[in-house]
Amino acid sequence: MNAIPIDWILGLCGGLMIGLGGAVFLLANGRIMGASGLIGGLVDGTGRGNTAERVVFLLGVFLLPVLLTPVFRIDTTHASQNVIVLIAAGLLVGVGTRLANGCTSGHGVCGMSRLSLRGFVATIFYIMAGGLTVVLFRHILGVI
Amino acid sequence: MKRLFFAFLAGGLFGAGLMISGMTDTSKVQGWLDVFGNWDPTLAFVMGGGIMPMAAAWAYARGRKPIMGGTFPAPAEPKVGRNLVLGSILFGMGWGLAGLCPGPAVASLSYGGWPHWLFLAAMLLGFAAAPFVRTQLDSAVPAE
Repeated sequence: MNAIPIDWILGLCGGLMIGLGGAVFLLANGRIMGASGLIGGLVDGTGRGNTAERVVFLLGVFLLPVLLTPVFRIDTTHASQNVIVLIAAGLLVGVGTRLANGCTSGHGVCGMSRLSLRGFVATIFYIMAGGLTVVLFRHILGVI
Repeated sequence: MKRLFFAFLAGGLFGAGLMISGMTDTSKVQGWLDVFGNWDPTLAFVMGGGIMPMAAAWAYARGRKPIMGGTFPAPAEPKVGRNLVLGSILFGMGWGLAGLCPGPAVASLSYGGWPHWLFLAAMLLGFAAAPFVRTQLDSAVPAE
């Protein structure tokens, strides 16, 4: 039997940390850890009542990787260098997640774990759309 | 103040988990979506790892109150509307194009380089435009 790839183990460990973060945010502050909602509320003004909580949460998201960099170095994220692709992708993610009221963290991790129908439906649709997009733009058009 | 500490702790766990799990590596996300290419199942381990503590947290929350007071968020009405489906499809397209979603977009800023900052800027623009898009959509074709 082959050894389990290290990427899968790191994925599981990282995933457990993500879920633990969501559990802390829920059990302590009574909030759902959805990245698009937390950031989007700062942008469109709907999060005015708890701005500090959102900003501090995002500070943690940004800062912990900075602190981890000396021990867990990531040399490349393999991100596209195509300006049009990056802008189009960002706009789609921004509009789409707000329209759907959630993204991978809100609908995926926090929604599906409470057996939310909306969480499952959203996750099925964004994975299918993502899969078709990769097939189209990578294998047919060769853009990404 | 304690509320902000918990928010920072949750954000930190989320950011560190995203980094360690490989979810800020766009090639791993696109590899998960690329079922016709060299398929990468890592994301399933991340999602599974995230859902486990979160499911335990939801179970624990039943009949209790958040540590910092208030109430736990009530489940959303199990209504699957046009905006949920359309938004998730748009989000999935952007996710597939760039391999980034809102959480990892923030977690990777310190080491991802300029493409991540450009994606973030476009995503913030998308967040800002989303209420307008929603209003236009609802007036053109009422959701329900």
